[in-house]
Amino acid sequence: MKTEVAKKYLRLEKLPTLWCPGCGHGLILSSLLRALDFLNLERDKIALISGIGCSGRTPGYVDVHSLHTTHGRALPFATGIKLMKPEFNVIAVMGDGDCAAIGGNHFIHTARRNIDITAIIFNNGIYGMTGGQVSPTTPYGAYASTAPYGQMEEPFDIVELALGAGATYVARSSIYEIPKLDRIIADGIKHKGFSVIDVITVCPVTFGRRNELTENPMMNLRYIRDITVPMKKAEKMSEKELKGKWITGIFRDVDKPNLIDLYRELNERVKSSAVGESTIEGVEESKETG
Amino acid sequence: MVERKLISGNYAIAEAAIRAGCRFFAGYPITPSSEIAERMAELLPKYDGIFIQMEDEIASMGAVIGASLTGAKALTATSGPGFSLKQENLGFAIMGEIPVVVVNVQRGGPSTGLPTFPGQQDLMQTRWGRHGDQELIVFTPDSVQEAYELTIRSFNLAEKYRTPVVLLGDEVVSQMKEQIEIPEEVEIIDREFPTVAPEEYYPFDGSKGLVPPLAPYGKGYRFHITGLTHDKTGFPTSDPKIVRKQLERKLNKIRKNRDDIVEVEEFLLDNAEYAIFALGSVARAAKQAVIDLREERIPIGLLRPITLWPFCDKEVTNLAKKVKNIFVVEMNYGQIVGEVERFAKRYTDVDWFGRADGRLIPPREIKSFIKEKIQ
Repeated sequence: MKTEVAKKYLRLEKLPTLWCPGCGHGLILSSLLRALDFLNLERDKIALISGIGCSGRTPGYVDVHSLHTTHGRALPFATGIKLMKPEFNVIAVMGDGDCAAIGGNHFIHTARRNIDITAIIFNNGIYGMTGGQVSPTTPYGAYASTAPYGQMEEPFDIVELALGAGATYVARSSIYEIPKLDRIIADGIKHKGFSVIDVITVCPVTFGRRNELTENPMMNLRYIRDITVPMKKAEKMSEKELKGKWITGIFRDVDKPNLIDLYRELNERVKSSAVGESTIEGVEESKETG
Repeated sequence: MVERKLISGNYAIAEAAIRAGCRFFAGYPITPSSEIAERMAELLPKYDGIFIQMEDEIASMGAVIGASLTGAKALTATSGPGFSLKQENLGFAIMGEIPVVVVNVQRGGPSTGLPTFPGQQDLMQTRWGRHGDQELIVFTPDSVQEAYELTIRSFNLAEKYRTPVVLLGDEVVSQMKEQIEIPEEVEIIDREFPTVAPEEYYPFDGSKGLVPPLAPYGKGYRFHITGLTHDKTGFPTSDPKIVRKQLERKLNKIRKNRDDIVEVEEFLLDNAEYAIFALGSVARAAKQAVIDLREERIPIGLLRPITLWPFCDKEVTNLAKKVKNIFVVEMNYGQIVGEVERFAKRYTDVDWFGRADGRLIPPREIKSFIKEKIQ
């Protein structure tokens, strides 16, 4: 990464990160920083929120309003911040267990509301920090500490989940295509509405060791290359050929009324009508609009 | 002129919240607290505030913490089962020292229990419902008037001590309508803004006092908050010295300010030889029992905690030194009696009476229990 981007957005004194050698999380973080720099966002108007797990440590490294919340709950905290600070760029980073297991309910409802928050999922298909237990996106048949005989359940497709729940920007990328990931994250942040970016990555330590990968970073990247397929290429592939692969690309990018604008309109409408009715003694009603 | 109003407890809480400066509410429907959410939904847009119904209680608690970090005064309201779900993020707010107000309108438990009947079974859940050592502030109103006043006080102390405050009511106080007096002027406390420049600001720095200022988002102060044990900068540490120092400061900011926080009502305690200890709607019945027993020339009074936590330890000890017996009456199977015993048993006898079947304990039951004990 360019030194000036690093210097601009990182808390350099907090480095090195606690992520293991070969971990993809640092690549996603650097993509995020380049996206912030590309959009030239003011640090004082960025809130970066996480849940629990390896991805949860991301906000601590970034010199913005950083908030490391409870497991699965990044989006509710982000919702409270965004509602009261509409001018902020609010970004939630989550792991796959964080987002799709314990935080699944928050994820679908945040999508349904179409609130202007960007969610980036560090999707490595494993609970890394706790030692390699199966997650909702662990591939069928993969080994994990709590699936010593292989995972029997089908994984969640986070993109399908986001599309079904009503997110208005939905994309999937991976650590194998960093320049594209930079652009997708920037697009997602720029998008007015709920943006979901599912980033396929790998945990070489807790997933790799059990699944015939090594700690060799190139081998990990080749693994990511092999389990992802760009959307265009996927169109020509059969269902059988696509089994066990994640399709990458932009799945949805539409404009729909977002919750922040709807609230602004609501408050203006309520304040301009029925003033004086059913108000509170001792409190001045807010007369300003806009 | 003092304004008078016939109003339910839940509506009084909502209106007092607006009065206290609350501009954010996130909640989830649950009986018997839903009217607070409903009233906030109606009122907040008029004051440029935000009301949101979240997907669950956990999310509501997260959203109010997020809103508070931006500098807003934020409220959520629930009842027993919902309060159980809020514990996780309530613990986060305690660890991160983020001011929020949570209303818990108690109903009968355990589990789904008795949704439309009162209970006092969350006294200990409020104190110890989360993992880890901690202090927080809990108020317990016995009337609609007090629900109004304590709501404002809850916001004030949340801001002053950078802490979650729980307003622990019950179904009776929340659902009944009473005439209240709305004070013309009320004291409003806002959180302290940092006096140092952003580069010298540490959100958990206890060197200048037990309650470090919390900078609102967007004012040039960028800092980190985590639920992990942290040092003064807010970043994780497991250094035992720092862990202990930070945790002790978080406990002491409440413990050492207990005289400012703890409030009790003493009713006919002068020259009393016996005392009842009761709170919330039970204290209303206990008061009547005191009046009736006094008519029968039994010298009895009532000590009623208005602040439930931190506990009114000194007041109980002082009372214990003066009376022959303290009768604890509560709508559960023995919760607050343990605390009273801790601080009274060395000096006097403590007897307990209670039940939890969803029905109020009437004055006559309290009276006959006491008469049986003293005869």
